Amino acid sequence: MHNVIIDGQSIEVEKGTTILKACEQLGIEIPTLCHLEHLAPEGSCRMCVVEVEGVQNLQISCATPCWDGMVVTTMNDRIRTFRSMIVELLLAHHDVDCFNCSAVGDCKLYQYAMEYGVEESRFDHIKKVPVKDESSDFFNYDPSKCILCRRCVRTCNELQSNGTLSLKKRGGDTFVSLPFDKLFKDSNCVSCGNCVSVCPTGALTTKASKTYRSWEVTRTRTTCSYCGVGCQMDLLVKNDKVVGVEPADGAPNKNLLCVKGKFAYNFINSPDRLTTPLIRKDGVLTPASWDEALDFVADNIKKVKDESGPDALAGFASGRVSNEDNYVFMKMMRSIGTNNVDHCARV
Amino acid sequence: MAGLATTLGSGAMTNAIGELLGAEVILIFGSNPTEAHPVIGAQIRQARKRGAKLIVVDPRVIDLAHEAEIHLKVKPGTNVALLNALMNVIITEDLLDKEYVENRTEGFDELWSVVKGYTPEKVGPICNLDPEDIKAVARLYASGDPASIVYCLGVTEHSTGTTGVMSIANLALLCGNVGKVSGGVNPLRGQNNVQGACDMGAMPTDFSGYQKVANPEVIAKFEKAWGVELSNKPGLTSPQVFDAIAEGDIRFLYIMGENPMVTDPNLHFVEEMLKKVEFLVVQDIFLNETTELADVVLPATCFAEKEGTFTNTERRVQRIRKAVSAPGESRHDWEIVSQVMERLGLKNNFTSAKEVMDEVASLTPSYGGYSYERLDREQPQWPCPDKDHPGTPTLHVGKFARGERAIFKPSEYKPSAELPTEDFPLILSTGRMLYHYHSTTMTGRTEGIMNIAGEAYVEISPEDAIKAGIADGDRVKVSSPRGEIEATARVTEKLSKGVIYMPMHWPDGAVNWLTSSHVDPITHTPEYKVCAAKVAKA
Repeated sequence: MHNVIIDGQSIEVEKGTTILKACEQLGIEIPTLCHLEHLAPEGSCRMCVVEVEGVQNLQISCATPCWDGMVVTTMNDRIRTFRSMIVELLLAHHDVDCFNCSAVGDCKLYQYAMEYGVEESRFDHIKKVPVKDESSDFFNYDPSKCILCRRCVRTCNELQSNGTLSLKKRGGDTFVSLPFDKLFKDSNCVSCGNCVSVCPTGALTTKASKTYRSWEVTRTRTTCSYCGVGCQMDLLVKNDKVVGVEPADGAPNKNLLCVKGKFAYNFINSPDRLTTPLIRKDGVLTPASWDEALDFVADNIKKVKDESGPDALAGFASGRVSNEDNYVFMKMMRSIGTNNVDHCARV
Repeated sequence: MAGLATTLGSGAMTNAIGELLGAEVILIFGSNPTEAHPVIGAQIRQARKRGAKLIVVDPRVIDLAHEAEIHLKVKPGTNVALLNALMNVIITEDLLDKEYVENRTEGFDELWSVVKGYTPEKVGPICNLDPEDIKAVARLYASGDPASIVYCLGVTEHSTGTTGVMSIANLALLCGNVGKVSGGVNPLRGQNNVQGACDMGAMPTDFSGYQKVANPEVIAKFEKAWGVELSNKPGLTSPQVFDAIAEGDIRFLYIMGENPMVTDPNLHFVEEMLKKVEFLVVQDIFLNETTELADVVLPATCFAEKEGTFTNTERRVQRIRKAVSAPGESRHDWEIVSQVMERLGLKNNFTSAKEVMDEVASLTPSYGGYSYERLDREQPQWPCPDKDHPGTPTLHVGKFARGERAIFKPSEYKPSAELPTEDFPLILSTGRMLYHYHSTTMTGRTEGIMNIAGEAYVEISPEDAIKAGIADGDRVKVSSPRGEIEATARVTEKLSKGVIYMPMHWPDGAVNWLTSSHVDPITHTPEYKVCAAKVAKA
């Protein structure tokens, strides 16, 4: 264990803990752009710099491990000036067309520009970037908004391990690209959307994000309803409709989702959803009241049970519904007097 | 599930998903995780980047096959022969974990008496594999410490599925990989809560937590808790229910949240039986191919509209929470069922999903430690018998669920129930693809998904395509002894000559009009992976 003093507060951390992690434990917020949980430390954006006693240069907190007796300052004039300069340099190459950007309210660059009082950049905007790629069915890529934090590239390569995104060219001309400059729709992209979820600006945005602002949505933590991995995610809801999905840091998925979990949520608010019980009358399914429908079901259960015994009834529960639903269903079938209850595990 | 329950004592993933990152070798057997379990697929790739060596056994060149040390392009239906050959090599070359076999297993002599006949040279032609490749896989798997086996429906969906699973367990036990962190035998469950449905006792033989209907103590316990008289006669599995409808023995069927008219095998028979059953209730969120045959349709809520829990493939119980209002008059599944019960004079007094979980916990030892309060903070894996128990990421550590020792259950290889004939010379295998879920009632409602994957297709090898005069993109007729459907041909070297492959999702061109009614004799899992078929230009 190492003893560290950060902004005058003492903390004991395990060997290997970064300054950033130690700050988190103390509840001290450090600005970051390239840093992301579950990725190897990158240390390229330099926003997270702090001052370490006895060390000449400012240190990047996301990639510097604590040592015993370390004394850290997380904010002073020197740090503020340094971070402001970072923001200013990033803004020089950023298309500040914020009125036309669906990341508004969710953009880390915007947030830090406000926080560090950077209204405009003194540097020339000389970067040439490729045109937008709106070919994906689910998201857009606008290179003019990219700050080259490489979160998307690293997520695609280190976590999703799909190898679709990489950096192209050098120095000020660098941009995020796909192999052979392909469009997303023509590439090996699997539309998992994990690059979009980690983008701190409006460079990668879901197509749906145009329809809501981040402050308009409520977030509900839940479990994906597709395959058995059990990815944890947040449903983004505006006006009682699911408008988006963000991955959460659950044990099974660690901030990843697939195309189904991330984008295939339209069924929830589909106009085709069943809204009323239906009873077949003269061969046609006809709307009915709940009382009518439930009586009809119960009466037929009683009838068949009385005439042919409980084993003339059977029920299929489902691997799609909740534990609670399955439990009550099997309780009903067994309470009727039969063990004829199964579900789709076999099929 | 029955295969692992017999050999180890518990039919579930033995290890946590995250443990894959610590494996030295991962044997992916009849599983295509980058499509069917994409986030597990991504983690297997992460493990490979960290140095894990991958082995893929699959009739198709799945994406992970490109990243594997060795890919065995096994002939569908020959898994047991291959597994026996792998064990034959491991024992012959003395690569087994002798101490583990000695101290933690029983039945080794029986195992050897069976697998000794399965030399790679003999098995190679059965499986359409080079014996040297079989040897290389056996050596690589045996070298992993730990080595994890990930398997899926490519093992279970055969008429010999249970023997396939038991043979996989044999292989893992032989190398001492069960009860070890990052090792194990890991069946990936397909649906979001298929593990939970099993855990909750939606099975003809078991109450919740695999408490047997045949056990009088269990019956007594539930009779006391529920205040009703219960039957100790094991019920019918879903394929048996259809047979019983044919016999006139089942007159009433209640289907909650399933669409068998796309997902069940041999749809001709399913359709006939659903028409024949006197009374069919279907409870669902959409009209679908099954509601078309229903007498009553009850509108249910979906996961985004209710409180509850799902149990994932690694036995982790996790919450779902209400995010939006339920549409129209739809009601929660448990609520509807409770209201039917009430009308039958079977009161259960549940007023919330939370109360249901409290009852589950009180009557189910492996779920004893769960409550919504706790699940809001942490999501332990079962067995989690009490509120202070931390949960169990790795099963069978030190002691097996079935007792002190696991048991080797060797099996002889048996060919699939339906083999190619002169009229139907190809093997048709079915499966899943990335963009869709089951019968597309959910995924099919997202436009982007349909733009990418909007119609049924059949993958066919270049050799077979040339023979049938089919070019990539042609519309073709695919037929089996049971019927004919249309699909678009994808000519691909993913498949060996003689094997065609179709994903099962689209109601238009549903491959289950072709699949057979053959099932595994123990689990009654249908043989979706093998039936005889032919392809011709439409």
